[in-house]
Amino acid sequence: MASVPSTATDIARAVASGALTARAVVDEHLARIEAREAQIHAFNLVTADAARAHADAIDADIAAGRPVGPLAGVPVALKDNLCTHGVETTCSSRILEGWKPPYDATVVSRLHAAGAISVGKTNLDEFAMGSSTENSAFGPTKNPLDLSRVPGGSSGGSAAAVAAGFSPVSLGSDTGGSIRQPAALCGVVGVKPTYGLVSRYGLVAYASSLDQIGPFATTVADAALITEVIAGHDPMDSTSIPQPAPSLVASVSQGVAGMRIGRVTDLPGGAEPEVMQRLDDAFEALAAAGAEIVDITLPSLSYALTAYYLIAPAEASSNLARFDGVRYGLRVNAADTNAMYGVTRAAGFGDEVKRRIMLGTYALSAGYYDAYYGKALKVRRIIAQDFDSAYARVDAIVMPTSPLVAFTAGEKVDDPMAMYLCDIYTIPTNLAGHPAMSVPFGTGAHGLPVGIQVLAPALGEEAMFRVGGALEAAGGAR
Amino acid sequence: MTQSGNPITAADVAKVARLARLDIDAAQVEHFTEQLVKVMGHFGDIDALDLTDVEPMTQPYPLVNVMRDDVELPTLDTDEVLAAAPAAEERRFRVPPIIGLDG
Repeated sequence: MASVPSTATDIARAVASGALTARAVVDEHLARIEAREAQIHAFNLVTADAARAHADAIDADIAAGRPVGPLAGVPVALKDNLCTHGVETTCSSRILEGWKPPYDATVVSRLHAAGAISVGKTNLDEFAMGSSTENSAFGPTKNPLDLSRVPGGSSGGSAAAVAAGFSPVSLGSDTGGSIRQPAALCGVVGVKPTYGLVSRYGLVAYASSLDQIGPFATTVADAALITEVIAGHDPMDSTSIPQPAPSLVASVSQGVAGMRIGRVTDLPGGAEPEVMQRLDDAFEALAAAGAEIVDITLPSLSYALTAYYLIAPAEASSNLARFDGVRYGLRVNAADTNAMYGVTRAAGFGDEVKRRIMLGTYALSAGYYDAYYGKALKVRRIIAQDFDSAYARVDAIVMPTSPLVAFTAGEKVDDPMAMYLCDIYTIPTNLAGHPAMSVPFGTGAHGLPVGIQVLAPALGEEAMFRVGGALEAAGGAR
Repeated sequence: MTQSGNPITAADVAKVARLARLDIDAAQVEHFTEQLVKVMGHFGDIDALDLTDVEPMTQPYPLVNVMRDDVELPTLDTDEVLAAAPAAEERRFRVPPIIGLDG
């Protein structure tokens, strides 16, 4: 039997054609997990038996000549804030430890319907709050490229799983960069689609006006394929855009000839010099591929961090009110219900979650609402307007994903502000609701991967994948 | 100094912890206050912006009420939902007394 290909596209083709069994694909990936998971800790849970059974069912379908989906036999890892029916979903929090959801997230149903096979639930910063996957109640995830370093976050487990070859693709969620930043730090592709393109039904909410689900992959084409499968209207999510899923895979190889690509001349500083060198290389490669590089300004970009760290905690303080020890998860008993809430939540949430809940509660409280939350919403408008002006002149914008390559474990975990600054280039996209992706493009300090970010206007996924594909073709991908 | 320039105090943190139903002790209040002062110190940067006449933006695109057709659809399985609760009785969630000892 043939050896297992590295991409989802090739695996699905080989399985559908009978050249390879889904069972052989799953066994190979489970063997890799068995060999290295103890050092990396990408997963909160590996569902080996269910994955093997699912693979056997797909192989039986193929043997019987029944039709299979576009991801037949493709192993996929799911961030552990995506609900999986009957399979523990923890958000890497003590407050949800042991909880088995009574339904599947829409993205999980769609992946399964396409023939993808879940191999497990990946580690994250608790409730997706963090940029290093160190804020997990179940211990940190390590970067597979250098075990002394962080994989980024909050979807660090999903990024590490793909970087380690545990699954060719995975799903994460991105509220302020939680797919793109770990993709950059682990040297893989990560996509945050347009707000509303992918249903969030079954995603445990962090900040509802910002959250979006998206894929990790080793190639831009695989990322486009997964986006196609999970996108499209879902009546179960009222923010879901009532449009069918776009066709995206073809865009990847279309090239950038004639495209206008924006270079931000007033980019907030703080990026490592090697990161800025790779950015220069990226513009050189795109110009060589026929794109016109256009200088633009985004004067409000530097204010995005403040707007985000008021808006996201404000929404989180409301969303996380549901964890009260009544309907699911942890309960610490007390004499009355009100006391039970307080001791349950104090015991169940970690420090970063508590910080953000308190920050958000403060920003929304009487006397401070206008000065903080209200003001942040106005800054959000200005940022969106700056993007609108830029997109009147360009088709896409290119900038770094993360100011830093993967940093050392423990380096920032006790300094919240230093951690928040990791998101400076990724946050603006979430505030505007636009799509953006990170593509590996060469290396920086210590030979670690650098991610280059491609931004596009709302529903501009085709332009984004064209630029991403061109960067990959120029030799950026690993 | 504008309003958002006033640093958050330990009393503020104790108050929001109570509002957010987080039962934390005095030492934790002290610790979180120190960190939040540092984080919120960064927030003064937006005071430089002229935000008069700017409409607040709560969502990436304008949303109106989204209604589905008024038809019967399957719901979650009650027994399965209750099985995940910390305590259930007579097909309901069971909680400690609501009228508490401290009012």
